[in-house]
Amino acid sequence: MLRFIARRVLETIPVLLIIATATFFMMRLAPGGPFDTEKQVSKEVRARMEAHYGLDKPLFEQYLLQMKHLLQGDLGPSFKYPKRTVNEIIADAFPVSLELGCEALAVALALGLLAGMVASLKQNSFWDHFPMSLAMLGLCVPTFVMGPLLISAFALHLDWFNAAGWFFPRDRVLPALTLGAYYAAYIARLARGGFLDILHQDFIRTAQAKGASGARILLRHAMRGGLLPVVSFLGPAIAGLLTGSFVVETIFGIPGLGRFFVTAAFNRDYFMVMGSVLFYAVFVIVLNLAADIALVWLNPRLRFE
Amino acid sequence: MGLSALCLCLLAGCGKRQTLVEIADRAQQYRVSNSDEPSDIDPQIGIGEIEHDIIVSLFEGLISANPKDLSPLPGVAERWDISGDGKSYTFHLRKDALWSNGDPVTARDFVESYHRLLMPALGAQYAYMLYPATNAEAFNNGQITNFEEVGFKALDPRTLEIKLHSPTPYLLSMIIHDSWFPVPVKVIKEYGAIDDRANPWTLAGHLVGNGPFVLREWRMNSHILVEKSPTYWDRKNVRLNSIYFDPESSYDTAERMFRSGQVHTVRQVLPYKVAYYLKNQPGLINDYPLLTTYFYKFNVTKPPLNDKRVRQALAMSIDRRAITETVSRAGEMPAYTLTPPDTAGYTATARVREDPAAARQLLAEAGYPDGKNFPTLELLFNTVENHKAIAEALQQMWKKNLNINVTLHNEEWKVYLDSMRRTNYDIGRGGWGGDYMDPSTFLDILMTDSGNNETGWSNAEYDRLCRAAANTGDRAVRYAEYQKAEAILMEEMPIIPIYIYTRPRLIRPSVKGWYPNLLDQQNYKFIHLDPTLD
Amino acid sequence: MKAELTLQPAEAMGAEPSASFWKDAWHRLWKNKLAIFGLAVIAIMSLLCFAEPLLCRYVIGYSYEQQNLALGPAPPSRAHWLGTDALGRDLLARLLYGGRISLMVGLCATAVSLTIGVIYGAIAGFAGDKLDMVMMRTVDILYALPFTIFVILLMVFFGQNLVLLFVAIGAIEWLTMARIVRGQVMSLKHQEFVEAARALGLRHGRILFRHIVPNMLGPIIVYATLTVPEVMLLEAFLSFLGLGVQPPQSSWGVLIKEGAEMMEVYPWLLIYPALLLALTLFCLNFLGDGLRDALDVRGSKD
Repeated sequence: MLRFIARRVLETIPVLLIIATATFFMMRLAPGGPFDTEKQVSKEVRARMEAHYGLDKPLFEQYLLQMKHLLQGDLGPSFKYPKRTVNEIIADAFPVSLELGCEALAVALALGLLAGMVASLKQNSFWDHFPMSLAMLGLCVPTFVMGPLLISAFALHLDWFNAAGWFFPRDRVLPALTLGAYYAAYIARLARGGFLDILHQDFIRTAQAKGASGARILLRHAMRGGLLPVVSFLGPAIAGLLTGSFVVETIFGIPGLGRFFVTAAFNRDYFMVMGSVLFYAVFVIVLNLAADIALVWLNPRLRFE
Repeated sequence: MGLSALCLCLLAGCGKRQTLVEIADRAQQYRVSNSDEPSDIDPQIGIGEIEHDIIVSLFEGLISANPKDLSPLPGVAERWDISGDGKSYTFHLRKDALWSNGDPVTARDFVESYHRLLMPALGAQYAYMLYPATNAEAFNNGQITNFEEVGFKALDPRTLEIKLHSPTPYLLSMIIHDSWFPVPVKVIKEYGAIDDRANPWTLAGHLVGNGPFVLREWRMNSHILVEKSPTYWDRKNVRLNSIYFDPESSYDTAERMFRSGQVHTVRQVLPYKVAYYLKNQPGLINDYPLLTTYFYKFNVTKPPLNDKRVRQALAMSIDRRAITETVSRAGEMPAYTLTPPDTAGYTATARVREDPAAARQLLAEAGYPDGKNFPTLELLFNTVENHKAIAEALQQMWKKNLNINVTLHNEEWKVYLDSMRRTNYDIGRGGWGGDYMDPSTFLDILMTDSGNNETGWSNAEYDRLCRAAANTGDRAVRYAEYQKAEAILMEEMPIIPIYIYTRPRLIRPSVKGWYPNLLDQQNYKFIHLDPTLD
Repeated sequence: MKAELTLQPAEAMGAEPSASFWKDAWHRLWKNKLAIFGLAVIAIMSLLCFAEPLLCRYVIGYSYEQQNLALGPAPPSRAHWLGTDALGRDLLARLLYGGRISLMVGLCATAVSLTIGVIYGAIAGFAGDKLDMVMMRTVDILYALPFTIFVILLMVFFGQNLVLLFVAIGAIEWLTMARIVRGQVMSLKHQEFVEAARALGLRHGRILFRHIVPNMLGPIIVYATLTVPEVMLLEAFLSFLGLGVQPPQSSWGVLIKEGAEMMEVYPWLLIYPALLLALTLFCLNFLGDGLRDALDVRGSKD
């Protein structure tokens, strides 16, 4: 397994390099820069500011400089927020996104697995079609519709929650539900399929013949196998949760990294964009690795090839 | 299923909750939804109204503004003298004005602050607010390097003398602006270079100010909390205990927060909701005019827009009232001039006329009868719903009245700014908010060498009139020059005025002492909260 | 018990899948009422949306861009069956027009991802060994990355035109297709009919694209059908960020975003677009599921 991990890490390095390069050139070649403002500054002042941040050097030189800083772990200053460095901003905002993502994932797994289990046990009955239809709903309603609907119902009319913010524990509920809904739906369908596969196999019938109940069978025998497709899905799901959080963070006023990333792109905050992109990439790669390891653990027949 | 419903109920904690606003009312904490995370609360770097609303709580200038009518109130200066020729101002500072670290605020502090603002390396966007002072512009552009030559002098620790290169009767209106605020130069130097934009002196725990409040907490993208200052000279008149700034940037979310009782005020409501509030909940909204004009700029270098008859035709064939009443619908006033009416007592007499028939005639004279052979022009605007709606309306109006085709092109904010700066557009959306109460703040932007011109329009007579007006202190003479200048504008039509902005602000009834004004200046000394009114 | 069909429908046949395979599949699909319902709805919806210019002229009476400023946003009435938006434009007309754009984005972006995915996966599967390993490792790594971030950057920096939208979205979705295609090709390339073609001296490309790929149509169709809803949701997401189509054009994503903002004051502006999008996505998913059952295609991770 260690060899597997080492190989993965080695493979990741050229990928990160490519990402950093692509991001760098995309940003510099795009029209509009960080110092374009509604009330334009004089040419001299603009020149001074660009010199201060090294933006007046030839492009390739800037690129090499950026790569050097990245290797040292220095993500640079932010243009939009002159007093902050990108490292600080990410350190501040990322734990929030992480918490939101974990809670959404927990919601997705809890609701999804539950629905999937119930549906697989009661295949083709009402308890199969109903949860699966609900799941379909989760797949077909965009987050930026679900969010305001939930807020309207539970925060504004019923007054159970605040409409936005991230201060009290209860502020977590609606955002986690909104973000988790899509993944709950997907997981429900995957889990149902996975469990059905297992349940139709011979060894299950043996257990049934021995008198074990459906739920018991599921939990003791089918769980491992049934979770396989779910765990496989977790890789892209985590990536999706991270990007899905852009929307949720905007709707619920959550101070997470997703929002920072999007506004940085709009503000041409070069270093912030680069920092966020790389940060996300590394994070997702690490989690994907964890998911792959979990996959092998769940299914001993797979190996680290 | 039943289990999850139970969990939901437990989480909700069934029963009527106390809203944050109700709690805050009793604690005299003013909760403001401040529309975005401030880029910086350094008065010399923070530039927008978002930053401004926080800065005025932490710093105080020579004078402050009366929120009812923007008249000058004594601030750090308890009185001032103006010389006969209007070129020299002397401010006498009060002796009990202190920084929050206990140091007295001296005239020297002001001189050094202005020095910092004008340092080229700082890249201060509002450095131009100091340009009335002698040699200030030259220093800012690096043409001179000795600050002694600039017109700011500390005659003694409590007397500040400002010398101007020409009489500027509206100087007091300019001094209200944050760019004229003092900054604690000694403290700034402790944290880094004086002209380094990244100097962290404004972070919580570092910041020293001289205003009615001090910075207690600043969690990025989360909140800023300021508390009543124990060292402020006028603290007995400060009735709020603290102000809480929430940086929510989505107006939708902010409005929901207002409804759910999380904030006392939201700066702006989205246009379509304004009509709804005005009709159904008028007690919660205050829609007041701003000193800001919404207009479209012509690229006068590109044919056929280089023919002023074409420009006039386009400006005359739209229905501004229809736009303000049915498109933007926030109670804006149609604008027929660049300067808003009654700007410090000045109202332009030359106005654009709305006359589709005459417009068609002009277009025919220019060589495009009934819009024949008229090239398809592009309308540029930044991607905001309201701008899109107005652009679509203009497109339809020109089609109907002049039979010409115009395509719409929206660009993302930075790209749009870049395009406008390079005059890379046909007809582009623009707007300008006055920085101070005088017509020059508007008319100066269309001078030939103004960086904010962007139209390619250059008129020697217009430049001459504006400069002449700047060189005299006599209001009647100045305004007469400006009238002539605006007459040229309406004849040449490098811009199409559309409407005067309003600000539809949501504000709870418990907030007392808040007054609307044309520059949307906040003065927290006047505000207090009355819990019985919510 | 009937012999169960596996991932390789052509396995037992040796040549092109026989006509009876497709007939059987269609038969199975036909029995799945939900899938047929989905198919019918999609067909009708597409017809209506692409006939939008005619419908607007002769039936509805308003075009998608015709404003009525005096009227403003109005609830459904006889004149405007689904109501009007903030500029007084007929919502039904805008929905039909928006549907055209959304469906087009769905189809084109899926086509893009299909093309890239099939070519890439087929080459990887057919080549085997080192090339295959490199190509698939790349896919594995790319799979992990939040592509959406790049799409956002692309749209922000290089403007919002429709073609860029197709390509950018399509470029996110090709990975799954590539994996499936590779798996299929790998199992098919050892078949007798492939050996026969090789013996005949046919070139690799010809074997690959004229003989193997047609045998994989089953899974390809299924995943293409399931990609369309993801693409449409992605387009809606970009619209939310302000990166979608430009005015006065609109798409369902844009309409839903506008409607979500005005939801409490003018609910019909959200209800109808959201319903229409949800219905379309529902139907596409049902159809995809039905196709999957009919062609008995398993999950992609094997």
